[in-house]
Amino acid sequence: MFDVYQIRKDFPLLNRPLNGRPVAFLDTAASAQKPQCVLDKMMQIYQTCYANAHRGSYWFAEQITEEFEAARQTVRAFINARETREIIWTRNATESINLVAATWGMQNLRAGDEVLISEAEHHANLVPWQQICAKTGATLRVFAIADDGSYIEDEFLRALNSSTKLVAVTAMSNVLGTIFPIKEIAVAAHRAGAKILVDACQFAVHHKIDVQDMDCDFLAFSGHKTYGPTGIGVLYGKAEILSTMPPYQFGGDMIEHVTYQHTTFAEIPARFEAGTSASVQAIGMAEGLKYMQHLGLENIMQHERELTAYTTARLNEVPNLKIIGTAPNKGGVFSFIVNSIHPQDLAFVLNKENVAVRTGHHCAEPLVNRMGYTSLARASLGLYSTKEDIDALINALLKAEKFFREN
Amino acid sequence: MDIDELIENFSFFENWEEKYQYVIDLGRRLEPLDEAFKTEQWLVKGCQSQVWLVPQFKPDCIHFCGDSDALLVKGIIAIVFTIYNDKSADEIKKVDVQKIFAKLGLEENLTPSRRNGMMSMIEKIKQYAQNAK
Repeated sequence: MFDVYQIRKDFPLLNRPLNGRPVAFLDTAASAQKPQCVLDKMMQIYQTCYANAHRGSYWFAEQITEEFEAARQTVRAFINARETREIIWTRNATESINLVAATWGMQNLRAGDEVLISEAEHHANLVPWQQICAKTGATLRVFAIADDGSYIEDEFLRALNSSTKLVAVTAMSNVLGTIFPIKEIAVAAHRAGAKILVDACQFAVHHKIDVQDMDCDFLAFSGHKTYGPTGIGVLYGKAEILSTMPPYQFGGDMIEHVTYQHTTFAEIPARFEAGTSASVQAIGMAEGLKYMQHLGLENIMQHERELTAYTTARLNEVPNLKIIGTAPNKGGVFSFIVNSIHPQDLAFVLNKENVAVRTGHHCAEPLVNRMGYTSLARASLGLYSTKEDIDALINALLKAEKFFREN
Repeated sequence: MDIDELIENFSFFENWEEKYQYVIDLGRRLEPLDEAFKTEQWLVKGCQSQVWLVPQFKPDCIHFCGDSDALLVKGIIAIVFTIYNDKSADEIKKVDVQKIFAKLGLEENLTPSRRNGMMSMIEKIKQYAQNAK
């Protein structure tokens, strides 16, 4: 039984009034709030067994190393990876993608090769490829999406060819909410001889991930969006591919042997984890994932599906409001404009009304421009979001619409 | 209207709605910026909305024109101009803008976390004043 009002009690920040009134937090797509168990777990590590993981040979060090590696195991299970060594800790998903671009990309991309992305990519899954293409002489290609934000299979297949070396695509757009059929895309990419990297930052917040079923070669997501701490992210890669990739950064425990003249590097995953790891954050991230599993991914999905339908219906009640991104089966991300009100003006009134939304280009400037705008307001759902949050949003929007109407 | 009158006007408002309706009104009354200046060259960087600032250097002062596509920002620009417009470079340098905004009860618009770009705009005005000397 998924009782959202009961679940909200797990999130200290959601229960803190601001200026005497509750806050409708609708910016989970940017970063999620943290349940008490994540905060407790991290505090517990600092208070009972903190040391540098994978370094010392005393009790604290052994204890935290065990927790750190158990966290890797939790991530493996969460995305159903075959092996634990396929899980690389990074600072965030952006670093995960940069890692692949700088290592696999530099090693495998040549002039004449192509990297294929969708029009709906976050800068994190666009700029690294653009830059690595500039360095290697490869070409960045972009396949079109529909005006409502839908994936168009023909557009993808038309852009895919024997020169495509990598397809880098989001599983869920952070602006439009569009869900991309990764499994299908992976089959086609592999048939063309390309690898596929999945940006699962948004998808992971709302859906069950199975990297074996998707058959993706790389997948990136971050801790702070999956109800865990900031400063930690994950790169999944198939072991046979990761094993062939050169290190990303150097130093620390990523070595096998070092002399003044020469270094041999550790096996995966250590090879890609130079320097002291964000061990407490990794343990906190795993706790967030366990929390999601404890609630049940199916239950979270069901709750958000219902709330997505409710939000869509209520937003459509606001005069002159246009939702940007209306693909069928979209997830709980709502970009919108109201009349000709600048999103920044809109957000000002919403903030006064204790409604937290994001405005701007959402780190997807080409996409926002492609949809015909320079800036959008965005409300996004999390597992703790309620109809009351949406009602507060609608009331604030109605107030804003009136506030800015010329009188 | 000078800044003291403006401070007095702002002292009568009882809630944010009244206060910011007035800010919007000030924006509507802002001296229009010729469309020809709404180009990349005059765009102030670091703003979420588009903000243009154009200086006209006169013998003893600087006259600014500006605009924004966001209504509240446009109103704040009108207030910033009430503070800085047609002043000499020395006068511009001496202004304590934070203090004036605090008196107006609009200090929330000048915090670095606000991405409305007003801080960038004020920096730009000071830069022009510096270069004019």
